[in-house]
Amino acid sequence: MAKDNSRLVNILFQVGAIFIALVFTTLVMFIAGAPPFRTYAELVRGALGNFKLMADVVVAWVPLLLSTSGLLITFSAGLWNIGVEGQITIGAIFTTGVLRLLQDSGLPPFLIISLSILAGMIGGALWAALAGALKTFGGVNEIFGGLGLNFVATSLTIWLIFGPWKRPGVGSMSGTQPFPESLWLPMIPGFRLSIWTVILAAIAIVIIYYLLKGTYFGLKLKAVGNNMRSAYLLGIPTWQYMMFSFILCGVFAGLAGAIQVTAVYHRLIPAISSGYGFLGLMVGMLINYQALWVVPVALFFAALNIGSIQLPIVLKLDSSLSGVIQGSMVLFVLLMDGFRRQFSIKWLRRGDGE
Amino acid sequence: MENNLILIGLAGVLVSAAPILFASIGETFSERAGVINLSVNGTILLSAMGSFVAAIQITKFLNGLVERGAFLSGVPNPEGVINGIGLFIGFIVGAIIGGLVALVVAFSSITLKQSQVAVGFVLTLMTRDLSYFLGNDFMGEVGPRLGSAPLPVLKDIPILGVLLFRADVMTYLSYLLIILAWVWIFKTRPGLILQGVGEKPAAAYVRGANVNRQRYIYTILGGMLVGVAGPIYSLSVKAGWKGTISGLDGIGWIALAITIFGAWNPLRVAFGAYLFSLLQWLGLVLQSSMPDIPSQVLQVAPFPLMILTLLLVNIGNAEWIERGLASLPEGPRHFLNRLIRSLRSSPPSALGTPFEKQ
Repeated sequence: MAKDNSRLVNILFQVGAIFIALVFTTLVMFIAGAPPFRTYAELVRGALGNFKLMADVVVAWVPLLLSTSGLLITFSAGLWNIGVEGQITIGAIFTTGVLRLLQDSGLPPFLIISLSILAGMIGGALWAALAGALKTFGGVNEIFGGLGLNFVATSLTIWLIFGPWKRPGVGSMSGTQPFPESLWLPMIPGFRLSIWTVILAAIAIVIIYYLLKGTYFGLKLKAVGNNMRSAYLLGIPTWQYMMFSFILCGVFAGLAGAIQVTAVYHRLIPAISSGYGFLGLMVGMLINYQALWVVPVALFFAALNIGSIQLPIVLKLDSSLSGVIQGSMVLFVLLMDGFRRQFSIKWLRRGDGE
Repeated sequence: MENNLILIGLAGVLVSAAPILFASIGETFSERAGVINLSVNGTILLSAMGSFVAAIQITKFLNGLVERGAFLSGVPNPEGVINGIGLFIGFIVGAIIGGLVALVVAFSSITLKQSQVAVGFVLTLMTRDLSYFLGNDFMGEVGPRLGSAPLPVLKDIPILGVLLFRADVMTYLSYLLIILAWVWIFKTRPGLILQGVGEKPAAAYVRGANVNRQRYIYTILGGMLVGVAGPIYSLSVKAGWKGTISGLDGIGWIALAITIFGAWNPLRVAFGAYLFSLLQWLGLVLQSSMPDIPSQVLQVAPFPLMILTLLLVNIGNAEWIERGLASLPEGPRHFLNRLIRSLRSSPPSALGTPFEKQ
């Protein structure tokens, strides 16, 4: 009975948090001189206005879902894998590299694409392993190691685009020479969406859900994340588990990067990760690391991203509004969660005293 | 002549290190008290934008008054006075923004006992987007800019005069900040309490320190110092606000890394900040001789170095190193041990953990 009650309170607090976040963003719009209702309406129209836009939301949803799925593993192990951005980027670089290498080889396109995606997953895993090795063998906090590696990955991308992989003529910020259409993941006619990416994302989330909920591995990983010392005393090889969770997260991040190249941009661009790594961390925090909620929340965040794209044109507002909404939601959910816990503790104590 | 150019370049390094110094010494204070404020990167952007807008608005308003003859009539140089007021207000606004963001971090981590890393990370992203969104209307506007103020007498000292004393007020303040912060933390009684609060909060509490109040104070003070870094950019070093291409995104992360590199000691933090600025300057200088490398690559060149230095200062804490050292013969073991120990930096032991009186 008490448990049901606390669950209801929990939901009430979360709804309250979302409401406060909306009040906050409305206030921000007032300050920026934007008409709040029209802005919200444009956000919805920008994401759901027609089928093409809805397909775009799915295009953004897939890599976000993949990076969040990977991050759920590192979160379970108690790790802050901020390096996920770099892992997406290196995945994209590896994919582009293999595509460039094999594009004139005469191999069947299906094989080339598969190999390139595999390479992307390996690339992401390697970059994650680097952050993991820095953490486990070098004592470098994964937040700072990961951040540094993010910047290195970005500069590597830019160097490749302007250097060895530059377009015929002169390199430009618009990226490398696009690949021929035969090397794209097959698109749904008339849309930018490839159904293959959705299938890959669906497989990924099922794997993660099963891994974390239904296996001893997931249980032990959580033990490492909750209390490394006692996990170690229980005989769980802690550093191997941490390393493995980094690598697994890197595989998913690398897959996200590979999809960005093979299904979305068809080339390497400077901002190939599109910020889906950091956004994935936000989704992870918002859903309190519960795998079941990844699918809808990532979809919602993707819709906000797509919905805000045309704000600069329609209302002369910066499209970073989506980030403000996403950020304030996560922030207020965290704050309200803290309120709920502190108040329930105080309430319990008072109950004891009387 | 050649020498002089190098001196001027180095003086520029000191000027461009000023904002990083403010940010990483601010972070040093809050981490010394046991609170990681991960929001630095976004805070710098938001305070840069906010202070720039505040400075523009106030100078516009005052100029309007002057035109109507309601203000400063008869003063020989009204524009200079107005610019000064605008700059002053700008810096105050920057500090307030930094303090407010830090207050959210402090409240959620000290009072609500939520994860400092989580809240700080959300804030760093949200304040960044907030600065781009709110600053959109003011992109590319021209605002007041902090001019250089050579110090009389001191500026004529050979070499040192050019190097140190022909900069601007904020750079001079950054020199002062290094010394004051060091003296405060290591040579005063409140500084001793601060160290206790971060190292052994329970012991500090028993000795009568109000741990949570101390943490609030230093987190907010640290946040205000971080907030000053913003206007040093938008009103001086990189005057103006250009949205996503302002080139400020990433500086805050560097400042956080320098805090660790500096082992929470203002003098070593200063060394880190100057080293970083020197590397960036060298990158720019070298670019003319290496036109093949795009400038974006050189701008991030310090990051691999940052990882390397973090590795160097942390690796002494790793267990396998100790085991490896123990198996070495006497001579090299002694040498390596001393080398690693001199580089090593251990964080305040209570960093990131909430304090609860039992």
